[in-house]
Amino acid sequence: MALSSTARLPAAKPGEPARPAKRPGRLRRRIAPYGFLAPFFGLFAAFGLFPLLYTAWVSLHRVELQTSDRMDWLGFQNYSRLLSDPFFWNALRNTFTIGVLSTVPQLLMALGLAHLLNYKLRGRTFFRVAMLMPYATSVAAATLVFAQLFGRDYGLINWVLSSIGLNPVDWQADTWASQFGVSAIVTWRWTGYNALIYLAGMQSIPGELYESAAVDGASRWQQFRHVTIPGLRPTIVFTVVVSTIGATQLFGEPLLYEGNSGGGISHQYQTLGLYLYEQGWTFFHLGRAAAVAWVMFLLIVLLALLNAAIAARRNRTDR
Amino acid sequence: MATPRVRRSTAALGSTVLAAALLLSACSSGSGGSGSKDSADGKVTITVDLFGTFGFKEAGLYDEYMKLHPNITIKQTDTQDEGQYWQALQTKLAGGGGLADIQGLEVGRVASVVQKQSDKFTDLKTLGIGDVNDGLVPWKGAAVKTADGKVLGAGTDIGPEAICYRTDLFKAAGLPTDRTELAAKWSTWQGYLDLGKQYAAKAEAGNAWTDSAAGMFAAEVGQQEVRYSDASGKPVYDSSPAVKTAWTDATALVADGLSAKLAQWTPEWNKAFSTGKFATLSCPAWMIGYIKGQAGDAGAGKWDIAPGPGKTGNWGGSYLTVPRTAKHPKEAAELIKWLTAKEQQATLFTKQGSFPSSTGAQEAIKDVTDPYFNNAPIGQIFSESAGAMPAQVLGTDDGVIGKAFTDALGEVERTNTAPDTAWKHALDNVKKANGN
Repeated sequence: MALSSTARLPAAKPGEPARPAKRPGRLRRRIAPYGFLAPFFGLFAAFGLFPLLYTAWVSLHRVELQTSDRMDWLGFQNYSRLLSDPFFWNALRNTFTIGVLSTVPQLLMALGLAHLLNYKLRGRTFFRVAMLMPYATSVAAATLVFAQLFGRDYGLINWVLSSIGLNPVDWQADTWASQFGVSAIVTWRWTGYNALIYLAGMQSIPGELYESAAVDGASRWQQFRHVTIPGLRPTIVFTVVVSTIGATQLFGEPLLYEGNSGGGISHQYQTLGLYLYEQGWTFFHLGRAAAVAWVMFLLIVLLALLNAAIAARRNRTDR
Repeated sequence: MATPRVRRSTAALGSTVLAAALLLSACSSGSGGSGSKDSADGKVTITVDLFGTFGFKEAGLYDEYMKLHPNITIKQTDTQDEGQYWQALQTKLAGGGGLADIQGLEVGRVASVVQKQSDKFTDLKTLGIGDVNDGLVPWKGAAVKTADGKVLGAGTDIGPEAICYRTDLFKAAGLPTDRTELAAKWSTWQGYLDLGKQYAAKAEAGNAWTDSAAGMFAAEVGQQEVRYSDASGKPVYDSSPAVKTAWTDATALVADGLSAKLAQWTPEWNKAFSTGKFATLSCPAWMIGYIKGQAGDAGAGKWDIAPGPGKTGNWGGSYLTVPRTAKHPKEAAELIKWLTAKEQQATLFTKQGSFPSSTGAQEAIKDVTDPYFNNAPIGQIFSESAGAMPAQVLGTDDGVIGKAFTDALGEVERTNTAPDTAWKHALDNVKKANGN
């Protein structure tokens, strides 16, 4: 095949005498961009693609951390076991509920904050910087502080609750309370970050739009709804996609909330990331952990495609 | 508009792929080495990595050793929670880096190491220190010996059980505080629960009888020879009488409202030592050092110790090992030999309460009393307990199984889960960890 096609080529274009002379220059020009890209793809292959593929390979084996040099072929047994494990579905459910509990209020609050900061305020820069502070805090530090606040017997929040006559809440063992606690940390850390992104988006909306809306007699709220929100749509889609991915991979906050990989005594706030970690690093089943990693990966791809599809459809129906 | 939109969604997809790849690769990274730096003048730094409170440093043993060997510096790191320590240890063993010269090992993990990882630790016999476990109670040494005769660790302490109690809270609730009288009243676990009910009737609200159901469960299970697996290695955690009885009693404790519902080894539990949230505590000898550490000087004189139900039990105890990758195996072995010798074991008991596994040291400490605990004759109480203690059958998954029951009892205490449901959860959790 290859031979015959190369043999045919010169015959197809016989009248081009200058061609061999031109070739090196054109070839160089054609290859150069790839050369410039090569360092990135080299690094990506080594640190992105290879681990990804190797993880897939590991997920088809029985590999134990304690005897990690031994790999026994299992086929898709790790996957079928995973899908029949109620703890996996529990983790998936928790990831979803914590994702909703943290992402929705977070983005709504960010939108509101951005709107307020978009006004001409005294000390605007200070507020903007202050909002980004939680984002700059390490997960570990933030979570440890929150774990103190949410302590059952000696935590500040329960102290306040009981001082106003309410019953203290077991922020660790109770399912909803613990999920709320974890979500609170996530919300605290990421609200400011999203608010800044929204703010940047808002500032790219031309001022004339607001002026003409004001001329038409639109109130502040109507301006927000009919000018700001439509103008922000691409930004909102971006934050939703990023937050969805973040929520799917949620790990540090629930791990450090009580400092164990089980995600609570009934696994009531064990996320997929934590389930992966527990399988791999508490029970030492690396093969199973790799299978969880791949399922998570596929899930995220699926969610991203879904997000893109929804965004695309909304754009189409609007126009 | 169409082009940017497409580009945006491909960019989103691209970043998705990248983010996922990063997540995956984060899982495959090994841990970096934290080897000791030695100067050229022959000085050696021995690193020691432990869990909980071994008490070597607190009892001044490191200082003494460094005085005897001026060329040696000892650096200790420790993790409070043994579960986390074990997890980190396994990760380091798999990666081969970051291990200290001496690593501690809890008795519940020994079987796993002996059966699965004997190649990752140094046979102490090859390091020129003879048989370190020679002078110990026989089962202590037998547990770290592989089938082909390698000695993977040196025995430190063992965990004979008693009950620690708060005399001030007992007095306030009108209970006797005399050790002999109490030991007679709680000679059985039923007696312990009955006295608890008496206490609860008079104690202030928020002052529970004991810290947790899990603590009582562990103490009671520790009194039996066969717990989670039988002598042939077959798992029997779902049927062994030891586990069933302990489970029944521990859930009865919760039903009677006698538990402070704390999770052991958590910050809340630690704080409760100084606030008096619980009046009694199942006390293996090593708990003495822990109480002193958490309750501090303010707790001196408030605590006392009496023989517990059954007057015996075996909960915990540890070993010191030298990993294959240790930088200074010879020096580490010398230190281990010294730390586990009978003189040092006796010192450790006198100062910290860790009960010696060395028979010689056991002879030497018979008359020790502890001023912190109202001069309780801890030597006598724990010696009697140790004399009757069972040599437990150790299984490879003891740690995992113990954790599953601890969590399930936490569910009974804290989420009002019915004991039968929680029991099922415990078995499910063991299966989740092990099943194929």
